[in-house]
Amino acid sequence: MQEAMIKRAKELLADGSVDRVIGWKRGEFAYDITPAVFTTAEELDRDFVCDDFTAANVSKYLVKETQKEGKILAFLKPCDTYSFNQLVKEHRIDREKVYVIGIEGGPKLDIEKIKAKGITGILSVKNEDYTLKIETIYGTQTMPFYEAILGKCASCKSKKHVVFDELIGEDGDVLDSNRFEMVEKLENMTAQERFDFWRDQLSKCIRCNACRNVCPACTCENCVFDNPKSGIDNKAPADSFEENMFHIIRAFHVAGRCTDCGECSRVCPQHIPLHLLNRKFIKDINELYGEYQAGADTTSRAPLNTYDKNDCEPSVVHERGVE
Amino acid sequence: MQVNENFEPVIVAFCCNWCSYAGADLSGTNRLNYPTNVKIIRVPCSCRVNPMFILRAFQKGADGVIICGCHPGDCHYTSGNYFTRRRITLLYSMLDFLGIERNRTRLEWVSAAEGAKFAATMQQFTEDVKALGPNRRLEDLRCRKQ
Amino acid sequence: MQRIGVFVCHCGTNIAATVDVKAVAEALGHEAGVVIAQDYQYMCSESGQELVKSAIREQKLTGVVICSCSPRMHENTFRKAAASAGLNPYLVEVANIREQCSWIHKDIATATEKAIILGKAAVAKVALNTPLTSMESPVVKRALVIGGGIAGIQTALDIAEAGFDVDIVEKNPTIGGKMAQIDKTFPTLDCAACILTPKMVEASQNERITIHSFSEVEDVKGFVGNFTVKIKKKARFVDETKCTGCGLCTEKCPMKKVPNEFNMGLDNRSAIYIPFAQAVPKVATIDPNYCMMLKTGKCGVCSKVCSAGAIDYKQQDTIIEQQYGAIVVATGFNPIKLDKYDEFAYNQCPDVVTSLELERLMNAAGPNGGTLLRPSDKTHPHTIVFVQCVGSRCDDEKGKPYCSKICCMYTAKHAMLIREKYPDTEVYVFYIDVRTPGKNFDEFYRRAVEQYNVHYIKGMVGKVTPKSDGKIDVQASDLLANEQLHINADMVVLAAAIEPDKTARPLATMLTTQMDTNDFFTEAHPKLRPVESATAGIFLSGACQGPKDIPETVAQGSAAAAKAIGLLCKNSITCNPCTAHSDELMCNGCSSCEKVCPYGAITYIDKEFRMPDRTTKIRRVASVNPAVCQGCGACTVACPSGAMDLSGFSNSQIMAEVDAICK
Repeated sequence: MQEAMIKRAKELLADGSVDRVIGWKRGEFAYDITPAVFTTAEELDRDFVCDDFTAANVSKYLVKETQKEGKILAFLKPCDTYSFNQLVKEHRIDREKVYVIGIEGGPKLDIEKIKAKGITGILSVKNEDYTLKIETIYGTQTMPFYEAILGKCASCKSKKHVVFDELIGEDGDVLDSNRFEMVEKLENMTAQERFDFWRDQLSKCIRCNACRNVCPACTCENCVFDNPKSGIDNKAPADSFEENMFHIIRAFHVAGRCTDCGECSRVCPQHIPLHLLNRKFIKDINELYGEYQAGADTTSRAPLNTYDKNDCEPSVVHERGVE
Repeated sequence: MQVNENFEPVIVAFCCNWCSYAGADLSGTNRLNYPTNVKIIRVPCSCRVNPMFILRAFQKGADGVIICGCHPGDCHYTSGNYFTRRRITLLYSMLDFLGIERNRTRLEWVSAAEGAKFAATMQQFTEDVKALGPNRRLEDLRCRKQ
Repeated sequence: MQRIGVFVCHCGTNIAATVDVKAVAEALGHEAGVVIAQDYQYMCSESGQELVKSAIREQKLTGVVICSCSPRMHENTFRKAAASAGLNPYLVEVANIREQCSWIHKDIATATEKAIILGKAAVAKVALNTPLTSMESPVVKRALVIGGGIAGIQTALDIAEAGFDVDIVEKNPTIGGKMAQIDKTFPTLDCAACILTPKMVEASQNERITIHSFSEVEDVKGFVGNFTVKIKKKARFVDETKCTGCGLCTEKCPMKKVPNEFNMGLDNRSAIYIPFAQAVPKVATIDPNYCMMLKTGKCGVCSKVCSAGAIDYKQQDTIIEQQYGAIVVATGFNPIKLDKYDEFAYNQCPDVVTSLELERLMNAAGPNGGTLLRPSDKTHPHTIVFVQCVGSRCDDEKGKPYCSKICCMYTAKHAMLIREKYPDTEVYVFYIDVRTPGKNFDEFYRRAVEQYNVHYIKGMVGKVTPKSDGKIDVQASDLLANEQLHINADMVVLAAAIEPDKTARPLATMLTTQMDTNDFFTEAHPKLRPVESATAGIFLSGACQGPKDIPETVAQGSAAAAKAIGLLCKNSITCNPCTAHSDELMCNGCSSCEKVCPYGAITYIDKEFRMPDRTTKIRRVASVNPAVCQGCGACTVACPSGAMDLSGFSNSQIMAEVDAICK
């Protein structure tokens, strides 16, 4: 697929359809991949990569990219297209300035899961018939592919591109995912157990802001947590601020807008399952106000920006099963 | 749960100017008693209440937060309390999900005519919060009173 | 540097009996920024206000906190006092230590403690208050009246009388409304047409009144003093300016089998028609559902006979746009449909009629020329049964929960008129109770019973069954005699409940006004502001607000006019300065705020920003129209970046209050 993508990108650059291409390039290690913008065929040939580690969602970069002159080609996986649509809906991305090529999605790999097997000194990882062949400085190791996939891919919600100008490969379907399993499990715990779980998780937060910075819904010009005018600014980790304010407000700010792309948890260096907070909101919205998938379209009203006169009362929360 | 007789909770009540604040005034006019623990903050509409305010109150040591607004359909601004209802339902659900005691948060619709309901609601809410004891889960230790 | 003055009111003993006011003043005097803290017997009195004013002047105060009764009571008093002493009125905050403290608590120690905390919250807030200036917004000196019944006509005449231009929008081809269909009015029994039609003519001849008949309100934008309204003038296929109303077309029109709405479908009219002889404007209208020329292109008789050349088969709906300073809603009522009332056989038997149908049957301009005849066989009825509360005061889905208010009186009127004109007719009235509050109303009803011998029976009619001999069996219960009755009637008249016109709800949405669950418009205050809606600049006239008889409707029409005139007299109105505003540097342009704004006060502009690297960037940002914003604050929470804030209730002010209370 990588070859086909590079070929098509070069064509579009050559005929002037686009001025730039956003994709991924390799970093220091084979698995260390970052989003990158390419402007020439040479750069594409040299650095462009699309493999089992190109999990990063490039949609958010298009906010800044479409504020620039000219048109950009973006390669979007199915999950990325939801984020893209949501940003178009919120007038953050200028749709006219992007040429979208839909590409096949994951599952993508989670290097941490490979490392967790005690495999170190990794040089390259190859998927050979769903067995990973891992070349290391200490020799070759293997492990089953599905044991190393990202958490967000394990509960993939859709293989369907909700927006594209052209596709490379086949389009898929919206899936029946099991993504709310963990939320349900937590819901069935007692309040004390839930509190202990979250206190344990959230207290690990070092306020690196990676979750916020990667989140395609967090595109505020000036984040409330950085802005002294907001009255709740707090730039560094502080005693219980993360547990009691930061992550709750962050989840609330993206409620109804979060497409469940899972990037927050993917990038968290402390491995906090932050996506569960967003999924809780998504699950509540689906159950209380009807099924809603942010980014599925660019016209529907976000659930928190609309209402129904017969909406349930907040007492539903108080009347739920487990306390 | 053991009720600590000496525990006097701090309770913040956000009341919309048009219905609930007037309802609170009415309970005053009718001399309907409710605990001194309840301190009212006047907002134009219940939809003015930002989740930030609620978390801030808990962070600073509030033991319970209650929001009061016009009954659905009676909002002075036509639709404000409908938005409140969604936002606050989701926020309370999230706090519940995080293991915060449910009875520390409440939303009630109190009209300008419901002085008795206002007093009774505050009475009940204060008792519920009292039963829970001090808020430790959402409090910021730096803000704790010495 | 803050220089805050705190003034604690005793309110006689209202506060001072339960709150140690001196201790409150003492405690608040130690708060940061407070330079003076005093207590006084009655802060709202002349001398109390003088105390505040002189402190503002002498201490050069930057903020004032009054610990007193509810701000709903005296906030304005103290704001005015501050303004007269040269302090911006919005630098005043009131701590409510009466209604929300002294009056509800008994223990002096805890009440004092609470009063101090409430005072501290107010001090913390006032330190963050900013001077606010009310904007002035000009008032367009023209009013719109929606609905041309007696309510709308009265309102329009009164507004025009005061010297303002006023437009009436009426959805039917003529103004006049329900009153034009009524035969006689209670309790004086004067002829409705005789008192209504002169008013209709007066309205049409008043040069300040423009009547848009056969028109509907299509769209309403704007706000008090400056509404922009789109009015759709529906195609009537007749040039209003040319038609003389001679009526020749209606005589010659070959299509004569159209149910006549004006006579409640009891007779027919032609496809081109003038609703009734005194219609205003008296111009013909072609009904496109029946006109052969419009349906098949074959006919054109009316065009041939019209000497004025007024017929225009190609006429289209047109939209006119007009600015108004005030809008009066006078959309009136309709009797409910009785399709669901099988027990009264309304759909099965033509001799079971509604009261409004009876009005037409008895009217000289009605289908029978004023002789009361049964619709089925045109014979004179000898026994007539009236059924009250059909669909009124009803708990079930079919009817309405409210009392329709007018039925008791018009039924007494009908009964009396029938007995007067046809003494050989027996009249029975089945009622739940007879409600006759109103000047000369009860006397009127008693006359019906005592002088005219109308049989009033307390009880419900269970079933109405048409019989093969043309008679109608009315099965009912007499609750006072506790017996079942069967009356062999010739006619049954149903007092159908009245409901707001169907156009009212979409109109309310356009006007952003409130309605109750029955679709009656809600007044701003049920007692003190009965003719204003909660939306500024929108007034309510007549039955659109609730069931009313004619005198009440006219009274309310005039009251609404007075309120509208009060607004139109002003050259500009002062807007509430506590409105939302967006910080452009923080705004994402995401449109969340716009979605939750009930007033459409938020628009987006593309704004050019200079970047730190000296380049410029164009970003979409929100902009609030302060004249439209009512200050609810819904947008401030919808805004994820916190760019949207509300003056007078800012994020930082509310959080300062929270902090002060929780500390």
